[in-house]
Amino acid sequence: MPIQYYIYLCLALFSIGIIGVLTRRNAIIVFMCVELMLNAVNLLLVAFSKMHYGLAIGANPETTVGIDGQLFVFFIMVVAAAEVSVGLAIIVMMYRNTHSVDINFLNRLKN
Amino acid sequence: MSTTEILFFFLSALAIFSAIMVLVSKNPVHSVLWLIAVFFAISGHYILLNAQFLAIVNLIVYAGAIMVLFLFVIMLMNLNAETEPQKHVWMKLAGAVSGGCFLMVLVSLVRQATDMQHKTALMKDGNIGLIKNLGKALFSDYVVPFEISSVLFLSAMVGAVVIGKKE
Repeated sequence: MPIQYYIYLCLALFSIGIIGVLTRRNAIIVFMCVELMLNAVNLLLVAFSKMHYGLAIGANPETTVGIDGQLFVFFIMVVAAAEVSVGLAIIVMMYRNTHSVDINFLNRLKN
Repeated sequence: MSTTEILFFFLSALAIFSAIMVLVSKNPVHSVLWLIAVFFAISGHYILLNAQFLAIVNLIVYAGAIMVLFLFVIMLMNLNAETEPQKHVWMKLAGAVSGGCFLMVLVSLVRQATDMQHKTALMKDGNIGLIKNLGKALFSDYVVPFEISSVLFLSAMVGAVVIGKKE
């Protein structure tokens, strides 16, 4: 499959995530759109990993070129899991204080 | 058209449609369910690329753990479509236009990039996505980041408990 198809797909998913962050006010939906953007990047990393592997396997069938990309995806998932636990705790605390998940309440942080 | 291509386009259409439905759903619970559909489609893409370990981890960690956490928080807060805060329509339009401009700029950039011409991603061959090879690399070259990530998890756990507990 041409690598451009994967790039277009991931760009579309990433842009949908950006539009979601910019247009929604519910903090949980904004957070979910960030997860969507992370997943788009993960898919692109795996596609590039297989692209470099396919270029290198002709010279050496035992090569492991491109395995770094898949391990990066693994570490991104690890960081995303940690980030979600802390982020949802912050959202729960915000809901407890304001009884809303509207991110416009957070503009009081600037004072 | 081969089976792989049909599956690729089907999974891509499913992923993009579900991602759009995440945005347009008024009810947050429906958004979570559509996002789970996106994660299933992305896991299908991983299987097509023969990255089996990542496909399973994506299902377990994202669709299994993270999305259940989201659903749990949403149901705890009793959010629904009536209490959903809405942005002004001009702000929504500005957000959509800026996201679309971002997409257009990057697509035109990729179309012109000579570096990406005639490159293909190897679909079903290759064994770097198998757990044996990934485990070997993870516990030899990447063992220090792997251990540091355990410290990250510990700090995230402590942070979540400290932030979430009542005064």
